Amino acid sequence: MKEISTVFLKQVKDTLGNKTVLIQFILFPVMAVIMQNAVNIPDMPDNFFVKLFSVMYIGMAPLTAMSAVISEEKEKNTLRALKMSGVSGIQYLIGTGTYVFIMCMAGTAVFAASGGFTGTELIRYFLIMSAGTIVSLILGGAVGISSANQMSAASVSVPVTMVLSFLPMLSNFNEKIKAAADYFYPQQISLLINGADADMKCIAVTMAEALIILGFFMISYRKRGLE
Amino acid sequence: MIKTVSAINIEKAFGGKRVLCGVNIEAEMGKITGLLGPSGAGKTTLIKIFTGQLEADSGICRIKGKDIGALKKEDKRRFGIMADELGVYDRLSCYENLRIFARLYGLSKEDIQNALKNVGLENDGKTRADKLSKGMRCRLRLARALMIHPEILFLDEPTSGLDPTAAEKIHRLILDECARGTAVLLTTHNMAEAQKLCSSVSLLCDGRIVESGAPDDICRRHNSSRILRIHLSDGRDIELSQNEGAAESVAELIRTGKADSIHTSEPDLDAVFKELTGKELAI
Ligand SMILES: Nc1ncnc2c1ncn2[C@@H]1O[C@H](COP(=O)(O)OP(=O)(O)OP(=O)(O)O)[C@@H](O)[C@H]1O
Ligand SMILES: [Mg+2]
Repeated sequence: MKEISTVFLKQVKDTLGNKTVLIQFILFPVMAVIMQNAVNIPDMPDNFFVKLFSVMYIGMAPLTAMSAVISEEKEKNTLRALKMSGVSGIQYLIGTGTYVFIMCMAGTAVFAASGGFTGTELIRYFLIMSAGTIVSLILGGAVGISSANQMSAASVSVPVTMVLSFLPMLSNFNEKIKAAADYFYPQQISLLINGADADMKCIAVTMAEALIILGFFMISYRKRGLE
Repeated sequence: MIKTVSAINIEKAFGGKRVLCGVNIEAEMGKITGLLGPSGAGKTTLIKIFTGQLEADSGICRIKGKDIGALKKEDKRRFGIMADELGVYDRLSCYENLRIFARLYGLSKEDIQNALKNVGLENDGKTRADKLSKGMRCRLRLARALMIHPEILFLDEPTSGLDPTAAEKIHRLILDECARGTAVLLTTHNMAEAQKLCSSVSLLCDGRIVESGAPDDICRRHNSSRILRIHLSDGRDIELSQNEGAAESVAELIRTGKADSIHTSEPDLDAVFKELTGKELAI
């Protein structure tokens, strides 16, 4: 427990200095607040920007933050120092994952406030965002585990987050993209956030994908550990 | 007497490449034991085996009589390790860097302050680690290793890349720690460092220990030419073969005040290493 909380506190302390990660946490929530207030197009769906950026946030922030933090600690050999002081790989991942999750929930709170969600709508929104965040951060953890340094982590996480965060938006423009996007969890999250009635299907696809990602995560961890 | 740290017949290969071949080494409480060898000799590999970061293919590695594999987390908490591959958090201050580890070891704020003071960083507690000079950064890493009051201190090239003044500071800290009774195992490719700090050194080349003992003993053992070099007061240098006949001549030179200084022809550790392996220590 002490190990997990120490890792967590270290990550919190490091946030303000770590521009790459910090920007991930605040970019989309801030953009949502600005756009939601500044742009007013007639017939625009309710909370259009909040919902759009929420989905992009899911596709990008947890994944990039996890992979960037883990790969940096590997590259700078600080992870090894923690391990030599009795922190296990699992404890490190839980501490870091909790940190990323909480930061993303803070961002989610900004979205929610900007969208003016209340009551069950608010609870539903938070549940959907938590689920999406967890799937993304596990995927980010897997990327971090399988890359030796920040460069190689970014070379994977940048294209992956591009696809994940932009597909739902692009699917509005093109049927073919929409068909492809259906296979990715951010699209399902997007449908859920926008109040789709096919809830069960969205949840099923997201769950299935979460399991695949978890499998990928476990394989990467088994193979390399946190070396 | 149980040696604090001992390795017996350690073998290690990386994918067919033998890196350690039957290495034996021992370290005692209150002594600094050196592992001297050029780059690629296998020094870091041996330290990693001792500290549980790597497993040896065969051989026995014991710490205070216990097999490395059988060490519990509590036992390992008594190791201080300083190595290049243990990094510091660049964006955090010195104090915060130490605080992370103090928390893991259950140490107090005073312990952190004392650790900073011990290495002369008491005024840099708030300085970000990436703003430190090389020598200060090195001392921060040493502070982290010393903070836990280790019984055994592993130092992997503690002064590599430092200028002589910065290295001197590190040396003094290591000697102080040793005087407290800590067993120190130190690797280096710097002969002068080994000669100055270590009560015993092992020369490692290509994964084999080619010689070991007290530095002076090693040098005496390899004094094959046995020559006395005498600098005379008139500026000339003469060499005398070191045998019984020389005694008279030397006594005469001293009596008449003609000898300014007398040196024996003992090689230094560099020369011994070269003689034994045909290789240079420092590259
Ligand atoms: N993980 C590894 N995989 C493969 N080879 C390795 C590995 N670690 C070390 N080696 C090899 O083992 C040999 C010894 O390496 P080691 O790092 O122990 O040397 P060293 O004496 O510490 O050298 P230096 O003074 O440069 O630090 C080298 O030839 C190195 O290439
Ligand atoms: Mg080395």
